[in-house]
Amino acid sequence: MNHLPLIIKREYLTKVKNKSFIIMTFLSPLIMIALIAVVAYLSQLNNDKQRTISILDESGYLKEVFKNTENTVYTNLSGLSLEDAIALVKEKEDYGLLHIASVDSLDEVSNNVKFYSEESPSLSIISSLETKIEKKLQDIKLERDGVSLLKIEASKTSIIIAQESFDGEKSSKIDNVIKLAFGGIAGYLLFMFIIIYGNMIMRSVIEEKTSRIIEVIISSVKPIQLMLGKIIGTSLAGVTQFAIWVILGGVLLTVVSAIFGIDMTQVQSPQQEMVNQAMQADGAQAFAENIFIGISNLPIINLIVAFIFFFIGGYLLYSSLYAAIGAAVDNETDTQQFMLPILMPLILAVYVGVFTVIEDPHGTVSTVFSFIPLTSPVVMLMRIPFGVPLWQQGLSLVLLISTFMLAVWFAAKIYRVGILMYGKKPTYKELFKWLKY
Amino acid sequence: MSDLLVANSVSKNFGKFRALNQVSIAVPKGSIFGLLGPNGAGKTTLIRIINQITMPDEGTVLLDGHDLKPEHIRDIGYLPEERGLYKTMKVGEQCLYLAQLKGLSKSEAKRRLKYWFDKLEIGDWWNKKIQELSKGQAQKIQFVVTVLHKPKLLIFDEPFSGFDPINANLIKDEILQLREEGATVIFSTHRMESVEELCDHIALIHKSNKILDGKLNDIKAQFKTNTFEVGLQSNNSETVVADIENRFEVLPATFRNLHDDIKLNVKIDKDTSPNDLLSFLTSKAEVHHFVEVIPSANDIFIQTVKNN
Repeated sequence: MNHLPLIIKREYLTKVKNKSFIIMTFLSPLIMIALIAVVAYLSQLNNDKQRTISILDESGYLKEVFKNTENTVYTNLSGLSLEDAIALVKEKEDYGLLHIASVDSLDEVSNNVKFYSEESPSLSIISSLETKIEKKLQDIKLERDGVSLLKIEASKTSIIIAQESFDGEKSSKIDNVIKLAFGGIAGYLLFMFIIIYGNMIMRSVIEEKTSRIIEVIISSVKPIQLMLGKIIGTSLAGVTQFAIWVILGGVLLTVVSAIFGIDMTQVQSPQQEMVNQAMQADGAQAFAENIFIGISNLPIINLIVAFIFFFIGGYLLYSSLYAAIGAAVDNETDTQQFMLPILMPLILAVYVGVFTVIEDPHGTVSTVFSFIPLTSPVVMLMRIPFGVPLWQQGLSLVLLISTFMLAVWFAAKIYRVGILMYGKKPTYKELFKWLKY
Repeated sequence: MSDLLVANSVSKNFGKFRALNQVSIAVPKGSIFGLLGPNGAGKTTLIRIINQITMPDEGTVLLDGHDLKPEHIRDIGYLPEERGLYKTMKVGEQCLYLAQLKGLSKSEAKRRLKYWFDKLEIGDWWNKKIQELSKGQAQKIQFVVTVLHKPKLLIFDEPFSGFDPINANLIKDEILQLREEGATVIFSTHRMESVEELCDHIALIHKSNKILDGKLNDIKAQFKTNTFEVGLQSNNSETVVADIENRFEVLPATFRNLHDDIKLNVKIDKDTSPNDLLSFLTSKAEVHHFVEVIPSANDIFIQTVKNN
């Protein structure tokens, strides 16, 4: 008798109908969006605020350096004494006063610049002022020494090395960032999925033990059927939750940004603004083009297929281990001891992925870890965007699937014995004995 | 009468511990078979083997003459001692789920559940969650789930625990009714008075071995000591007692009676018939009380376990 569909259905419905599951499903995106909206709103508020900075230039070198921008207004206070200027700035509640003392020679200017303010000024403002002054002083010095600024400007060269593989595939620097993003998202998604829903499986096994229904159930179905039913049912519930999160998140994001008129993509600090400006200078079009080329250079089909297989394989492998732990103990507090050996390889995989794959996606460490079954799903998913030979992917997948089968066998053994054991928390030695029952 | 369930020299080891050692039992069709034994004797292990929850290391189990197969699951209804239900699931849904696991179709399960819920007057529980019910109420649901698929073999492990006397009686009557309808029952309990009341056959397992089995009446006959409880009235009781003690083995007796001067347990040997004893007694005094002492299941249990 095959009861698997029946068990899957029950597990799925129980999870999906659970109150806290429903609340989590619908509240999480709301909270996330609210959080993003608040951050966006606040940073916009911050950007909108106009700052007035007063300039008292007694040296006379720094004329026409400070030009008003959207957020910053400069007022020239020349002619006042420093004391008067400070008093005035205080009274007007300006952001601060930039004072350049009168000096004998150009070389002394750099040591005589001071910023007065009520509170300590923001780092970005100070560094922006510094850059402006440095640039101006440099120019003046160059001109003083008879160097033509025009020639310097003309000599400036920007180079982007065009990359092309032996097969004639064009790529660029931005490609690597895109590859990292894709691999990272895939790997991290799997990691999160395993942790959240693996735990859910474990809890539902423990629940069957503590409610003592387990013996009734397994007098009707085989333990392995029950275990697989649980894993699949819970995973489907997980996929449902994820899908709702993505859809709801997308819709909410659109709605919120429409209502509040906040452009979520513009959530950025003044520093980023500078970076963006620099990038635009290089040619926004070229940048966008590169991104497009980068994405189209990704092995998309390979990526999708590999994602599906490694995701399912990795998730099933870990969840069968979670199920075994649930069967071995009576309550959640006892799970700690057994969780560590499961979490270790998982965390290791993420670390290897983040630190090694970025440095050298085809180096020894990355390659080895993309074959070891417990780490391979995460590491391989991160490597694949950089192009991994199919034989490597295949071998890794074969290893993963065989380990999964071994893990299911092992978990089923523990499960079969464990679900009927109450009382004492088992030791590793006892777990090993159970395998032989 | 043929046997519905036969276990042949079943053994089971857990590591170095031998939980069952060459245990054989035969459960006749239509009987109520008491599976008895002290805690940890191996009863539950045997029951789990019958339910195919664990596999025996040695020996075979036959149901209706065939080796146990996965299909037999629907022929067996099992109420384990460690029992419970999904706490947050509704009664109706849960019953349907468990019935479907036993191979019933949804509509058939619904029909039979209605019958049982009406019979036990629990119809209004259908939409309640298990955690809203009392322990005894949940036990009722569990009983229904166990018998719903009309199995040939019913296994009850301590079925009355958690029930008040009224409900225990109700369940007892249902078990007897099911037997009338043709089911065979294996009944495991520590309550000897219910063994006395219900069982036709018993098997006693102690320290992984079967140490006794057979028809309850045969076993009682086997354990009887030819002792009679005697209550007499006489004016010179001391002489009478002395006379009896001269001829028979006598032990003090403790039974309740209205007006007996002499209360004795008298043991006769094989060659003496009860009538001989009775006529001897009537010649000496007025007989008010004359009963053969039949060992109770409790006595048999304690005596057998102690001797092993």
